[in-house]
Amino acid sequence: MGIKWDEFFVTGDPLILASQIAILLTSIGAVAALTYFKKWRWLWTDWLTTVDHKKIGILYILVGIVMFFRGGVDGLMMRAQTAVPENNFLDAQHYNEVFTTHGVIMILFVAMPLLIGVMNFIVPLQIGARDVAFPQLNALSFWLTFSGAMLFNISFVIGGSPDAGWTSYFPLAGKEFSPGIGNNFYAIALQIAGAGTLMSGINFVVTILKMRTKGMTLMKMPMFTWTSFITSIIITASFPIFTVALALMTFDRIFGTHFFTVSGGGMDMLWANLFWLWGHPEVYIVVLPAFGILSEVISTFARKTLYGYKSMVLSITIIAVLSMLVWVHHFFTMGNSSAANSFFSITTMMIAIPTGVKVFNWLFTMRKGRIKFTTAMLWALAFVPNFVIGGVTGVMLAMAAADYQYHNTLFLVAHFHYVLIPGVVFPLFAAFYYWWPKMFGYMLNERIGKWHFWLFTIGFNLTFMPMFFLGLDGAVRRAYTYSEQTGFGPLMLTSAIGAIILAAGFAVLLYNIYWSARYADRNISNDPWDARTLEWATASPVQHYNFASLPEVKTLDAFWHMKKNNEIKELNEDEIQEIHMPSNTWIPFYMGSVFLIAGFFLVFEWTIAAAIATIGIIAGLIFRSFDYDEGFHVHKDEIIETEQGWRKVGKGVKNHVS
Amino acid sequence: MSAKGNAALPIEFQTQQNRMNILGFWIFLGAEIVLFATLFGVYGVLGHRHAGGPMQQDLFIIKDVMIQTMLLLTSSFTMGIAIFEMRRENTKGLLIWFIITLLLGAGFLYMEIQEFSHYVHQGATMQTSAFLSSFFVLLGTHGLHVTLGIGWAVLLIIQLVQRGLTPVTARKTFIIGLYWHFLDVVWIFIFTFVYLRGLVS
Amino acid sequence: MDKTTKSFPISHVIGFFLSLALTFGAAFVALQAGLPANTVLWIIGSLAVIQAALQLYMFMHMNEGEDKAAQSINILYAVFIAVVIVAGSIWVMFSGHSH
Repeated sequence: MGIKWDEFFVTGDPLILASQIAILLTSIGAVAALTYFKKWRWLWTDWLTTVDHKKIGILYILVGIVMFFRGGVDGLMMRAQTAVPENNFLDAQHYNEVFTTHGVIMILFVAMPLLIGVMNFIVPLQIGARDVAFPQLNALSFWLTFSGAMLFNISFVIGGSPDAGWTSYFPLAGKEFSPGIGNNFYAIALQIAGAGTLMSGINFVVTILKMRTKGMTLMKMPMFTWTSFITSIIITASFPIFTVALALMTFDRIFGTHFFTVSGGGMDMLWANLFWLWGHPEVYIVVLPAFGILSEVISTFARKTLYGYKSMVLSITIIAVLSMLVWVHHFFTMGNSSAANSFFSITTMMIAIPTGVKVFNWLFTMRKGRIKFTTAMLWALAFVPNFVIGGVTGVMLAMAAADYQYHNTLFLVAHFHYVLIPGVVFPLFAAFYYWWPKMFGYMLNERIGKWHFWLFTIGFNLTFMPMFFLGLDGAVRRAYTYSEQTGFGPLMLTSAIGAIILAAGFAVLLYNIYWSARYADRNISNDPWDARTLEWATASPVQHYNFASLPEVKTLDAFWHMKKNNEIKELNEDEIQEIHMPSNTWIPFYMGSVFLIAGFFLVFEWTIAAAIATIGIIAGLIFRSFDYDEGFHVHKDEIIETEQGWRKVGKGVKNHVS
Repeated sequence: MSAKGNAALPIEFQTQQNRMNILGFWIFLGAEIVLFATLFGVYGVLGHRHAGGPMQQDLFIIKDVMIQTMLLLTSSFTMGIAIFEMRRENTKGLLIWFIITLLLGAGFLYMEIQEFSHYVHQGATMQTSAFLSSFFVLLGTHGLHVTLGIGWAVLLIIQLVQRGLTPVTARKTFIIGLYWHFLDVVWIFIFTFVYLRGLVS
Repeated sequence: MDKTTKSFPISHVIGFFLSLALTFGAAFVALQAGLPANTVLWIIGSLAVIQAALQLYMFMHMNEGEDKAAQSINILYAVFIAVVIVAGSIWVMFSGHSH
């Protein structure tokens, strides 16, 4: 038995009590609203059972934004606690929990869902397909990710949060030193979400290999599709490692094995090894699609074809290999042989080369371009200098001998925030502004967007720049407080003020979403940015079957060339044929739910209950095996009506280059 | 998603969706290779850390291991024949060889369960030492795969009887075939690097 | 990859006997030959790799179908990752002074 009943709910902390009440009220409010507006059926048929890649993409993005809020609050609490010396806002235990959940949530439940969400929405459109290769599996991926996110999230109100850092190093994360169930949440919630991610990876590899429209050879694919492809390959190559590592952690914690324990012959450092075997490729999993987004945004708003397309493809392919060969640089100080440290020092410096190639490609794309300073482009422009700071400090950290000085200090924290925020969050914001009209049929407000941009970038630099200097002065990470004599006070306060500005920037984004949903102009053409790739060739928002007839591609930047050569066709009603689409299904949602239940029982170490819940999982698999649903056909009349609905009104079809 | 068939191809490759499923399964097998490689790596690191408990030579019985290996090797062969019969569109032959394969697989599982319970009776459990933790989890993962494969195949046999040989059932059978051969490949490495190597040193 | 019309699965039978030979060969080398442990390990390791390739080509038909290139590259990449994980973990864990 892992927990006593009186410890089931986390009690005694006013902050957590307030959250518990807030969660309860929000849940009651949501149920009441759905009932009052009679939206249950809508929720079920349009969202919970959907297999439409666009809706699944939007669901992912929704989860990502909600989790961004949660992870952001964790971050703000850390900055508030360290704003002044010897602060008592959080105690050490609570601080440990907060930095753990902040890291896990931001990487696995913010960056991943947001990127996979954008991939889901955009990749099939960019390759001229009507869905992904396995639409049901895609829905299952989402619901598993969602279950994992929910299971991880409830830990702070039920049972207690994990508190061993997002890396959960042994022996601290083992049963001996963390006897509570908090770290079970880590092992099991990430396992469930990771399974979903692995399936997404397989799905996108096959989608991109097999479902490209006529004429789109690999070397004519848009860059975002290329980066999504390589990311999917890295996902399939690295997530199984994490699956095993987490399973072994679960065995150690729940079934008393000796993989990472100090006693019984286990090796605590083997955990670090396995974690980073997955963890380093994971960095490239989140950063590559973001690079793809930047490539699309920069080439659209510089109004030029991407410079060095082939070198870009080559460099991301090299990254698919090299990213698997650098993991030891995360634990240079663990006592490896100098040969091992030297080897991984060199591979780490090598991987900076393809990344550098890409930065130059973007700069040369902009050179002599007629740049339009839209909000999306501002994010792409801000990316370059900020990310370079992160990259260059990365090369500093890559030197194993010097790493002994930087390791475990705020210098490292500043470094990876300078990589991940400009490298992932900025491009994601660019993607929001750029693709929002395609997703929802209206644009996000550009003026509010610029407030968002300036607040966020200034806040970001103010938050993390001081950490470089604090780290060099010896401020260690994950320390919940410091004394006045250290002299860290002023820079820590600056950082806290920066965090407030950063949060204000995020709040402006939320306000922008609200404002634009209410007031933005719905009369936009299919191509408001004068863009270059196929997703802009169809309606905004995209109709459920994507394309009335599948486009044929002759060149890179296919849509741009269609517009330029006056090849945009009018709707020819005689050519329209019935379209075959996959049917909705309840199975993925059901599977997500039983995984959540089984996972919850396992977290509390109620193994018999978990075993019973597993029967529910098997039942779902059996049901799926006998499910021979062959989808449905969209009728010609419906297609013609839909197509006329967007082509002939307002700004309609854009068929020229401006 | 086109249902258009291409009759020149073997039955399992006839539709686009089938070709995507088969490719998808190959990609999944790539992920499985990585998964088992991680377990082998863990065994490679921890395999000699006996913590005072039993060692490989104290536990392994070569005769039983050879029988297990023969059962699995033969089942991989009979699975190949089943797919061969499927390509000749001989449903009866397919079913017979398929069922033989499963019986051989069940025999392997029986041997493995016997082996594990024998070890446990000798006091060699998952909790004894790092060596045994990594041994049981590596072999257990393989055994779990075999178990799931048998369950999955039973479901498919029901569908083959109900629906006969269609492009969909043929594709499912072909994919199980890939899975089964893959489990044999994993076993070859377990046989070599766990059992034989354990008995050498 | 045409439809099979042959009535005897000759390649499967050859593959089966080869795999039997490789298995017994490995067992013999490991248990009876009396070679130094390191040599044994290299020999039986090589035999295992050959047998795996046999399964992939003769039973699983990896190089068949319109996606044979993708299938083969995928498996090669996975094998590369597998080697990195096994060899890398063992090297990193055993070479340090922590060990």
